[in-house]
Amino acid sequence: MRTPIMPVPRLTSEQLDGLARDLDAVRDAVMADLGTPDAEYIRRLLRLQGRLELAGRALLYLGFLPPVWVAAVVCLAVSSLLNREEIGHNVLHGQYDWMGDPALSSQNVEWEGLASSKDWRRSHNYVHHTFTNVLGKDRDIGYGIMRVSPEQKWHPYYLGNGLYAALLMLLLDWGFALHDLEVDRLLRRERAWSENREIHRRLRRKIGVRVLREYVLFPALTGPFFFSTLAANACAKVLRDLWTSALIFCGHFPAGVVTFTEEELADEGRGHWYYRQLLGTANFDGGRLFQIMTGHLGHQIEHHLFPDMPSRRYPQIAPQVRAVCDKYGLPYNTGPLHRQFFSTWRSILRLSLPSRVVTRRGATSRRLGRLRVRTDTVGRR
Amino acid sequence: MTLVLRPNANWRGFEAGQYVRLGVEVNGVRRHRCFSLASSAHRKDRSIEISARVNPDGIVSPYLKHRATTGEMYTVSPAQGEFTLPERRPAHLLMIGSGSGVTPLMSILRTLHDEHHSGRVTFLHYARTEADMLYRDELEDMTRHRPHLTVVRAYTAQRTGGDLYGHLSEEHLAAVGVDVVDVAAADAYVSGPPDLVETVRGIWTARGLADRLHTENFAAPVAPTAAPTTHSVPHAKVIFARSGVSAPAAGVSLLELAEASGLRPPFGCRQGICTTCTSRKLGGTVRHLLNGEVSHVEEEQIRLCVSAPYGDVTLDL
Repeated sequence: MRTPIMPVPRLTSEQLDGLARDLDAVRDAVMADLGTPDAEYIRRLLRLQGRLELAGRALLYLGFLPPVWVAAVVCLAVSSLLNREEIGHNVLHGQYDWMGDPALSSQNVEWEGLASSKDWRRSHNYVHHTFTNVLGKDRDIGYGIMRVSPEQKWHPYYLGNGLYAALLMLLLDWGFALHDLEVDRLLRRERAWSENREIHRRLRRKIGVRVLREYVLFPALTGPFFFSTLAANACAKVLRDLWTSALIFCGHFPAGVVTFTEEELADEGRGHWYYRQLLGTANFDGGRLFQIMTGHLGHQIEHHLFPDMPSRRYPQIAPQVRAVCDKYGLPYNTGPLHRQFFSTWRSILRLSLPSRVVTRRGATSRRLGRLRVRTDTVGRR
Repeated sequence: MTLVLRPNANWRGFEAGQYVRLGVEVNGVRRHRCFSLASSAHRKDRSIEISARVNPDGIVSPYLKHRATTGEMYTVSPAQGEFTLPERRPAHLLMIGSGSGVTPLMSILRTLHDEHHSGRVTFLHYARTEADMLYRDELEDMTRHRPHLTVVRAYTAQRTGGDLYGHLSEEHLAAVGVDVVDVAAADAYVSGPPDLVETVRGIWTARGLADRLHTENFAAPVAPTAAPTTHSVPHAKVIFARSGVSAPAAGVSLLELAEASGLRPPFGCRQGICTTCTSRKLGGTVRHLLNGEVSHVEEEQIRLCVSAPYGDVTLDL
């Protein structure tokens, strides 16, 4: 385990068991309380998302009026954002499986993302959420293209770290879709091409449908405004991706996050899994509407502890989680989004240079003490 | 509790005597229950009616009785069941029903009524008391208009006001004039609790007429038994419905059990995080391995890796 700026307490196995008990209790209380309000919440969101999309598509018939065009782009971007994050991401985590409604089942729902739900569930729910922050295991550490932890060996390729991050921000959805193909591992011959055949097939079909729909069918339906509609649809997606990636980069590529080694995974119990989730994540602050617009990504800590708990419950349990952290002397990182964003980018740019530099700076920051911890620690999704 | 439902365009109709699986959302969770249809198969507005006794300890029937409101939407399976009349309606029909088991018989009666069926129908109707007797007024009304219909009211916990008292017996059959000859001539339909059905089956089998008998069991809901002391129930069986494989329940997760039975369900973390192994439980009781919670929900999605059988379990695998 790398020691971050502020030393993180190591827990004894008894403490880890206690941590698991305490967090399980938080979880069980909420899961036993799930009911109509949670069902109504997700259905209300689905309706809202549908209406926003309809409004956006309809407004584009008046797309020649600039304010209407802008309104349409906003409607479509928000609709797409809700579909991906607060609805898609959460439903695919099985947060609504308890309802027994096939339309809200993690196994059935196909979201708007370009990556097929099936492949996403594997790379995200399984690989990322199980092996969170384990170097060599968690492929979301830099997504295989960026250097976001000093533990990743430096290579001249990483001089472009900032550029890769910026490109990924613009094309996040495409990036996620290609992420499942694990191209970096293919090139290193750690993965066989044949393993990708099924994923390729699903990807081709899904991308084909989406591209036809957004960039051919809907533009064509608006007749003379074909190009105005096409531009609006593209803008909506880029806007959504910029916003989403800003949120998840903050959670994902922190300065001062704890990474783990594969050896530490051996015989890992539930307590240590919880411990790893707590150390590898951070929240950002915001009210209810803001959290919905971020798909509750501001409650990364709660999400990583309980990925199958309906997201609207995260703000409710946050104080309890915080109390558990205090009890075991574990950090509970939270701060305003803009601060986390700034810190993330500083880290991405800094890590484009070899580690020697980083280590020297790290030593400096350690001397600066607590203040730096507060401004520097952000978490992973 | 009686409910009238208006099916949408997907509904393919039903035959008198059949049942449906109704999916009702109670407190956010979709619950499934089987209900016999009570209405005529020839209703012009295509609406269907179900009737059932409310189980005060249950979840669905109290909800339908006390909280359901007009306009709610439920899911309905296609009509199922073999408790139906032959295409060529029998000339003499003997029906024996008890409790809410009379609902499919009502459907048969109402359907025959709409078909202006002129054959003889004898309906031996059991209930605890007069107040418990479902459709009493409607049946009385029917007998006035249909000379071929005889309704015999039998009370098991009331000694006045009925035609017969006590549980079904050979004497009851004789008393209503359903003698050996009649029984042989009639198609018999019996619907009610297992005791009644077994008694009738015994009598018919003894007379070598088992093939003329049609039965429908109305089992009372089984209350979850007291928690066994060990983590699994002895002699419990896990059925993998799609593969047609079954295995004795052991103290391991359903995922391990499935793999040991030669199945290859998808899996990921094997610790309850990733939902890769989420599968549909079609029935039975499972225990959550992490928090010990026992679930009896008839049909639900479960994670195989953190669920163990806790009694018989049927999986859609």
